Amino acid sequence: MNYAFQFDAVFDAWPLLIEGTLQTIALSVGAMVIGLCIAVLCAWGKHSGPKPVVWLINAYIEIIRNTPFLIQLFFFYFALPSIGVQWSAATAALVTMFVNLGAFSAEIIRAGIESIPKGQIEAGLALNLKRYQIFIHVILKPALKTIFPALSSQFILLMLTSSVVSAISADDLTSVAASIQSNTFRSFEIYIVVTAIYFGLSMLFMGLFNLCYRRFLYFPGHR
Amino acid sequence: MRDFSITDVWLIIGAVRWTVALSVIALIGGSIGGLVIALCRISDNRVLRGFARSVILVFQGTPLLLQLFLIFFGFPIIGLEVNPWIAAGAALVLNTSAFLGDIWRGCIEAVPHGQTEAAKALNLGYVNRMRHVVLPQAFRVAVPPTVGFMVQIIKGSSLTAIIGFAELTRTAQVVNNATFAPMPVFLLVAALYFCLCWPLSRWATYLEKRLLIAGR
Repeated sequence: MNYAFQFDAVFDAWPLLIEGTLQTIALSVGAMVIGLCIAVLCAWGKHSGPKPVVWLINAYIEIIRNTPFLIQLFFFYFALPSIGVQWSAATAALVTMFVNLGAFSAEIIRAGIESIPKGQIEAGLALNLKRYQIFIHVILKPALKTIFPALSSQFILLMLTSSVVSAISADDLTSVAASIQSNTFRSFEIYIVVTAIYFGLSMLFMGLFNLCYRRFLYFPGHR
Repeated sequence: MRDFSITDVWLIIGAVRWTVALSVIALIGGSIGGLVIALCRISDNRVLRGFARSVILVFQGTPLLLQLFLIFFGFPIIGLEVNPWIAAGAALVLNTSAFLGDIWRGCIEAVPHGQTEAAKALNLGYVNRMRHVVLPQAFRVAVPPTVGFMVQIIKGSSLTAIIGFAELTRTAQVVNNATFAPMPVFLLVAALYFCLCWPLSRWATYLEKRLLIAGR
């Protein structure tokens, strides 16, 4: 092995790397927020919607969960414009990410809802709470405690998956890496640094979520 | 440019075999690696435990795409020729090993500790204890999540298209570039992936439910 590692080229590009890191975080957080809204709607629809709605939601969840992210990305970026939807790579990436996350988190949120004993919902009904009030106060909040760990790993998974959007050259850390690579030809060096950044981000968010869990969700559970 | 024709459909359907082949390689290699990592993770040796824990942490904490890139661009550095088959296979095997190692560790730990103690009391050595007492019981618990993980392997294998491995996704890209018919091409590919993954997902759910009933 007589390969001379040259990391200077990589570290000279540090402003780009920071920008890319921020783009990846922004993309993931944005997709998480919208995706969670979709997931809650789906969970609600599955829980108390009419049959056709339940079927539609099930189809959405099963299709997204059983096809690769990359194909979903290509579908949104290449196939949809062919029937008239015009959007940039960045929008297509964001849409793919929240559509993907929505389907995965809907299952998590549903599991959380199912962890609420029926008696509590009946107690809510007995108190004459409206359907949406029961959903928010009796089901969603206690369920949040149960599902928080699963949701936080889902977020980290989403952030790692977001590297795939570089395949359509949407702005993110991996795209930045690809452009530095094509300018400097230091492929291995740049990718090892970027992998380390992703690893650092995973650890950072994992720690952050643990902190949040201990700080905000440490109330006695229903069990 | 040419039109999207039945030939293209067959070309894409034919590419399913490369996705399946790559997934099978990842599953077989990953099972061997996963078993080693799971056993290291629960061993009494602190160094082995630490090694397994860091492997799992690193592979679960970094994107699969970057792992692929590192192996693809790293091979030439250690003097090996870059062959998409080897790069894609190696990356997926390593990744699968780490994930299965973590899943199986949980399954092995689910076997009551008394079983290990009883085996020790019967003077069974490590190999016999694992082979005849612990692993068979862990196996029962491990089947549903492993089948579920196979879906992740198949989906993950699509990323090898980015380093130029000609499996299902890559073939779709090539056909799309030639025909400019993204809608039928990507719908077809999505449907094919769905046909591969959905039965596995259903099977995993079914096995999980059955295990739950059996465990009661």
